Amino acid sequence: MNPMEIPMVGRGTQPETTRTFIQDPDNAPDEDMREAVQALAREGEWIVQPVPEPYYAARTKYGRVKKIPFEKTWHHKSCGQCGHIPGYSTSIFWLNRFLGYDYFDPRDQTSCTAWNYYASATSNQVAQAAVAMRNFSAAYETGYFPIIHCGTSFGHYKEVRHELVHNHDLRRKVREVITKLGRPFVMPEELVHYSEWMYAIRDQLKSRVVYDLSDITATVHPACHYYKLQSGDAIYDPEIYGGQRTAAVTSVVQELGARVADYSTWYDCCGFGFRHILVQRDFTRSFATMRKIEVMKEEANPDVVLTHDTGCVTALDKSQFATQAHGRKVGVPVLSESQFAALAVGAHPYRVAQLHWHSTDYRPLLSKIGIDAEKAWTEFQEDLAQIEQGSMEYLSWESVL
Amino acid sequence: MLSNQYPEVPLEDKQRLFDQVKHDQRFDDYLYGCYECGICVAACPSARFYDFSPRKIAQTLAREDIEMFYEQMNDDIWNCSQCFSCLRCPRQNNPGGLITIMREVAVNNGLRSTKEALAGYTRIIYKIMTTGTQVSPDMLQEDAFPDWGPQVKEVAQHLDLWRRALPPETLHTTGLSWQVEERTMLELYTIWKLTGVLNMISELDEGLHDIMEEVMDDALEDQGFSVV
Ligand code: SF4
Ligand code: SF4
Repeated sequence: MNPMEIPMVGRGTQPETTRTFIQDPDNAPDEDMREAVQALAREGEWIVQPVPEPYYAARTKYGRVKKIPFEKTWHHKSCGQCGHIPGYSTSIFWLNRFLGYDYFDPRDQTSCTAWNYYASATSNQVAQAAVAMRNFSAAYETGYFPIIHCGTSFGHYKEVRHELVHNHDLRRKVREVITKLGRPFVMPEELVHYSEWMYAIRDQLKSRVVYDLSDITATVHPACHYYKLQSGDAIYDPEIYGGQRTAAVTSVVQELGARVADYSTWYDCCGFGFRHILVQRDFTRSFATMRKIEVMKEEANPDVVLTHDTGCVTALDKSQFATQAHGRKVGVPVLSESQFAALAVGAHPYRVAQLHWHSTDYRPLLSKIGIDAEKAWTEFQEDLAQIEQGSMEYLSWESVL
Repeated sequence: MLSNQYPEVPLEDKQRLFDQVKHDQRFDDYLYGCYECGICVAACPSARFYDFSPRKIAQTLAREDIEMFYEQMNDDIWNCSQCFSCLRCPRQNNPGGLITIMREVAVNNGLRSTKEALAGYTRIIYKIMTTGTQVSPDMLQEDAFPDWGPQVKEVAQHLDLWRRALPPETLHTTGLSWQVEERTMLELYTIWKLTGVLNMISELDEGLHDIMEEVMDDALEDQGFSVV
């Protein structure tokens, strides 16, 4: 392995290592789950839903090709995101419309229920796999391909796939449940996270950026469940961190023209804790601020923290209020990269990015980008007045594109 | 490592729980032995905050130290954040996954410490199991999240209006994260019933179990869904 310049130099902060991880799919230390999925399909164990064309060929950790569909996507929404930070998903949908892509936002979808499973363990292997397969089957029946918004759903489904591939008995039990529901037993050809789609469309976004973002510094929090669970199946790119960390989020932010700065606790989790964020938030608050936000501020002084999972946005954003009250060095807005990208290509900060659902003050970021937050808020208030008066039932897509 | 934290609990009871953990189908995939290197501890957020160590979990299970195992079942497992940072383990262990299994066994056996750890959480179980979405916009209330500051109050005050100011049609909800079809929910209830999850809740909270069973049975019956 020859030392080389890390491509982040000049735009971001140089990571401590200068080595590049050489991807070699022929010598990958783990099994290619997609091959196993196809082998089981040949044995008649399940139907494989193919990735619709055209797709983007991205590379995973060890250099295998992962197909990322551009369109005909079935959006597996996330409870935390849709419930508490709806700008995250609204921005994903908006970007699809902005690029003219056909997508489907289903009502025949439950959450993966993994937040509850990791919080309380009030479920089991068969139930968790059945929930996943029910959703996959629902997607298959629409003809659209599942794309998963939540990092935890993505990681959990990768685990479920691994277990179903390796455990015949589990497969049989889950198939029985799905058959009882009158549904086909389907495994998607790839499990795709929305941030991989963001990676796939980064070039298209680049040519449409309407602000000069070169003065914006972002720190990226890679979501644990995106790349630590079943680690081989996540996007890596030798040009980003020398292929040593996932390229998701960072690659997109750099492509948009912003600067990504490194910080030493990048591997640490956000402190979400699943159970903790709901009933033991002293842990979440302390960890999110002392191990993440404060370190980022000290080492990189970012204008914004960007990440790609619901729980991470929530934990990192909401934890700052109480900590600020203790006079600690926090106060950095937290967004998903989908919201940041939408803003960069001209989306409205309230109608689309829905920033009013976030806690930490994002207005300095907007003004640094060149967005007039006050004017945008007045426009949004006018929308709200129209909804209240009944002249508009909902804020429609037509009025935000 | 010797533990005498729970001398009043007979060894056979502790052994029974240990056997349930060990016989979980995932167990062999999650534990291959342990170098005691501590890499998992260095990566573990909960180890920074609590007196907690994923290395000790792996060690205890590998050594089949029944007393220590029982102590961890009561005093440690609910501290884990389930982030899976410990999957960095050079031995390919999954301490977080071992903890998931231990928690499942703790719930199935209705351990008192588990009931205490999940007190206050049961309303969430009700939400996820009966609606298919874990949190809803109307949970954002000042008294539930006082530490999140005045912005939570702002959201709560304008909730209905702000939800209607969301362009995706599926998000015009306040009691669910998104609109879920009735048939979808009935299918979810069927899954909980067929896989024994609903029964699992009765070990944790009998009242909650009874309420949920009634909600689910009524809905399934109304729509002519049979779960056998
Ligand atoms: S999953 Fe649990 S034990 Fe593992 S690193 Fe995270 S908090 Fe620690
Ligand atoms: S990282 Fe693995 S081998 Fe090292 S102490 Fe933890 S469980 Fe044991």
